Amino acid sequence: MSEQAIFDRLFGAGGHDIASTGLFLHGSAQVGDKRVTVIGTRDHAAIDGPLALRIAAAILQAVRADADTAPRPILFIADTQGQALSRHDELLGLNGYFAHVARCVDLARRHGHRLLTVINGEAVSGGFLAFGMLADRICALPDAQVRVMDLRAMARVTRISLERLEELAGVSPVFAPGAENYWRMGGIHEIWSTDDNWPDRLAAALASATDTDGRAAIGLERGGRLLAAPTAQLVADA
Amino acid sequence: MNGRRISYFEASARMRLSGLVDADSFSEFCPPELRQTSPHLAQLGAPQAFDDGVVVGRAKLAGHAVLVAAQEGRFIGGSVGEVHGAKIRGLLDKALVKRPAAVLLLADSGGVRLHEANAGLIAISEIMRAVLRVQAAGIPVFALVGGSCGAFGGMGIVTRLCAEVVMSEQGRLGLSGPEVIETVRGVEEFDSRDRALVWRVTGGKLRRTLGEATRLVDDLIPAFRAAAADLIARYQAHPLAPASLVALLDEQARLAARSERFAGARDGREIWQAAGFADASRVPELSVAEFNLHLGETS
Repeated sequence: MSEQAIFDRLFGAGGHDIASTGLFLHGSAQVGDKRVTVIGTRDHAAIDGPLALRIAAAILQAVRADADTAPRPILFIADTQGQALSRHDELLGLNGYFAHVARCVDLARRHGHRLLTVINGEAVSGGFLAFGMLADRICALPDAQVRVMDLRAMARVTRISLERLEELAGVSPVFAPGAENYWRMGGIHEIWSTDDNWPDRLAAALASATDTDGRAAIGLERGGRLLAAPTAQLVADA
Repeated sequence: MNGRRISYFEASARMRLSGLVDADSFSEFCPPELRQTSPHLAQLGAPQAFDDGVVVGRAKLAGHAVLVAAQEGRFIGGSVGEVHGAKIRGLLDKALVKRPAAVLLLADSGGVRLHEANAGLIAISEIMRAVLRVQAAGIPVFALVGGSCGAFGGMGIVTRLCAEVVMSEQGRLGLSGPEVIETVRGVEEFDSRDRALVWRVTGGKLRRTLGEATRLVDDLIPAFRAAAADLIARYQAHPLAPASLVALLDEQARLAARSERFAGARDGREIWQAAGFADASRVPELSVAEFNLHLGETS
């Protein structure tokens, strides 16, 4: 499906005004009876310093625009292969640029903006951590790929054979790539199907978004992450 | 042992903690006796640790109540798995209730533990949100970076979310490690075996020059202790204010200026030259005191 076709399906034809410049998306769209700010990345973007700054600037602009009015929700569209891999980006401190984006997301949340993420394409590692993963509620479109690293690279780093990893991937959601695994662990709230009415799902997701981080509890409830919530509780109560 | 000249880089997480905080003040939460280990490592037949590679607890530092987390770089690169991450997250949740003078995060980690990658990634995202929440409540989190694994991957992002980043020259801070960049982009892009280059791109002196680290200290546990104690005193006098729109617009401008000014830079020498060091190639040889003196004079 083309990008425009996806926007038409998400917001209805004529329900969106989103400009794509390079790997960056910015505009607004209609979700239920609300107008939302849309900020995102496209074409499996590798997120570098300048792209991180465009995302951050758009978030700050959204916060500033609603300073004296009801804060409009922000919808992140995440399509990223991860962080840009270059000596230049590391030299300048790409982790610091990503932290800045995260602080901007946090500012928006504290100012009352509800935050939604729709994963379109891929959500990988640092590129996903920087903004999409920090939303109140995270939804994956059908066929969305979510991972830290593919199994071949993981086999090289962990020195566990690819065959063994593939075998384990079949029974353990904890390290195998896949949106379904993230759903079970509470890292993704919803996975949509092609048959769903996406505008309805979007409106429902927005209505149920809250500013608390309930992912560990969800992971426990869905059986994919049994230790995170009780361990955090154990420490918090000590 | 406080006051002894112990290398922070060489020390274990527990040694760092015992030298960092006031004598006999540390009390551990979720200690090794509870055997809160990673079931995922067991499933893969990988070694386990009874503390899952991170020590968390409460202590006093210069008399002030603090909460502390120390990652053990010697255990699977200080990597963040489900239990490891949940211990740090739980500690931050506790900070909201107990309101310590500061939370100290002794980072020593390559980031997500690949053996349980999905759980690790989500855990880091939860830690990021928890750090932001704690600091929005006015409690500063200090990252201390001087271990052999540095602070990379998601822990590199977490470190930069902290109100203060104390580094030694030996400490390294970044997102993608040099090995990863070399593997994907080739040795011409980043030669991970060129250790001097690695430090010029990720090390404490470079990070301090850019402002990514807020203090540069000697590679000694008492030096980290002194910096943390001084920072606590400062925040006691001037409590942390939640990041405002104005502050973040300023940071946006600073980072944009950095990207523009150093658009083609690939080596720390270019940053040091711009910072006014007379001979940028000799910056790695400067003592911490000489280096700090220079930064103080030019900034």
